[in-house]
Amino acid sequence: MALRVLQGMLGFLLLVQASMANAVLSIEIIGAGEHQIPISVVPFGGDANLAQSIQEVVLGDLQRSGLFRPVDPAGKSPHEASEVNYADWQVRGTEALVIGTVTAQANGRIEARFRLLDVVKQTELIGQAVSANNDQMRAIGHRIADLIYEKLTGDKGVFSTRIAYVNRQGKSFRLIVADSDGYNEQTVLAHNEPIMSPSWSPDGSHLAYVSFETGHAAIYVQSLYTNQRILLADFRGSNSAPAWSPDGKQLAVVLTRDGGSQIYLIKPDGSGIRRLTFSGAIDTEPNFSPDGQTLLFTSDRGGSAQIYRMPVDGGSEQRMTFGEGTNYSPRHSPDGKGFVFAHRSNGKFYIATQDFLSGQVEILTAGGWEKKPSFAPNGKLILFASEARGRGILATVSSDGLVQQHMFTQSGDAREPVWGPHL
Amino acid sequence: MKKLVISIVLVNLLAACASEKPKEPVAAPAVAPAAAPKESVAAEPAAVAVDPLNDPANILGKRSVYYPLDVDAVQDADKPIVQAHAKYLSEHPDRKMRLEGNADERGSNEYNLALGQRRADGVKKMLELGGAKASQIETVSYGEEKPKATGHDEASWSQNRRTDLNYVK
Repeated sequence: MALRVLQGMLGFLLLVQASMANAVLSIEIIGAGEHQIPISVVPFGGDANLAQSIQEVVLGDLQRSGLFRPVDPAGKSPHEASEVNYADWQVRGTEALVIGTVTAQANGRIEARFRLLDVVKQTELIGQAVSANNDQMRAIGHRIADLIYEKLTGDKGVFSTRIAYVNRQGKSFRLIVADSDGYNEQTVLAHNEPIMSPSWSPDGSHLAYVSFETGHAAIYVQSLYTNQRILLADFRGSNSAPAWSPDGKQLAVVLTRDGGSQIYLIKPDGSGIRRLTFSGAIDTEPNFSPDGQTLLFTSDRGGSAQIYRMPVDGGSEQRMTFGEGTNYSPRHSPDGKGFVFAHRSNGKFYIATQDFLSGQVEILTAGGWEKKPSFAPNGKLILFASEARGRGILATVSSDGLVQQHMFTQSGDAREPVWGPHL
Repeated sequence: MKKLVISIVLVNLLAACASEKPKEPVAAPAVAPAAAPKESVAAEPAAVAVDPLNDPANILGKRSVYYPLDVDAVQDADKPIVQAHAKYLSEHPDRKMRLEGNADERGSNEYNLALGQRRADGVKKMLELGGAKASQIETVSYGEEKPKATGHDEASWSQNRRTDLNYVK
């Protein structure tokens, strides 16, 4: 197995401080992309507090993507296009300029009007207003960052998406949904038994997950809007590893009701159970391809844990990973051309990707306690569980392996993260 | 320090009962008997005085079996424990047992859940071969979710690759 270890992330360490009063986490960015766009975000005019917050969110988002390099406005503060002297910005080497104003409106909403200017061509690329309720100030920043990201990179931004993960503190477990940068934590479920394997419905409205609250692993599906939930599967032994089909009409799950851990299909209301695998081995961690036609899964049928692929409608099962070590937790890339997985060898876990066509494996991380990777919906970032300073943390790595970030939540261990869909 | 010495002596005594030597002086396996009474066995009335489950010198006091990495078969050294419980269950058809499989943290959480389930199911099979009825036994797995020891090292992992045999009401 030709493993190309990308070590670009060892470049430099940059601390992006979350200086908000009630900051829940700190974020460290490690490494730098090869072709970063120099960008200046001028503090918006209008309400100074709101302006500062929005600037922080926008800059933080763009920087974490690894594709942008902030250039300090150095005291210049135009708010309208007519106030911009392009020469001032060209000499600083910035190529993109963000200006705007933000106002708190009488109806309790906040409105930000912003412009993205091309400093080289001296043209306006975006001129738009974004508004939200006054308790969703960060959402405005994420939306602006998404628009800038898409215009300058050609890929859809993922800053407005959400993530889910499990926080473990001593014996207490919480299932959490948060913004893609880890802020705005909301607790979906909390109790003193383990919670595992959250999985987003394709429309982002529901989470399926595994909870041990009845004394063994059972699968639940919960609405994030009403918090109502149903018990999806509660057969003898373990019920686990839920994964939604792309059309949201069924889930692949792992049950031991007929013996060992095998993969089944089930409808979101718990009906229509159909067994998919018939091995005497462990088959688990199913994941649908974006076209819904095939599943990747983990199995030890060959003697060690490896990744396999099979058609959803049945048919031959094909081993995908070979070579030294064991492999777990496959998830398709959004374009369906490959998958990300956790690779274990020499006592360490690494995050790796494999291309279906070439079979080429790329190890994206330096190795450690790195598990449970999932792609951002634009395929450019991978979220995974890592460990630093003795704690379980959330981490991301760009899909080229060049930029990593570590998100330290306030307390406890972050586990089992999964990136949600575009809403 | 004195406490440690005492517990090592105790460990050896208990291990001798099971006609097996622990692999390491502080091997966790033998610690299990101390934790066993938590399953409210003591709360059972009448039988208390004679119930061999409550006798720390009896092999039935052992309530855990241990495994090498990625293995789910009961090891030869632990078979006498499982066989003793099988005999007890067959002689006490009113008693019920909950088998809790666990795994160390190497592997994905889901893989380890499946592995822990296989471990518990393997013990169940052996109990049934020894005369216990399937209806007396429930199996569950906690995978790597409830580690007894939390270090990233073999000393911790060896304690976490485990099936607990717990009597329940």
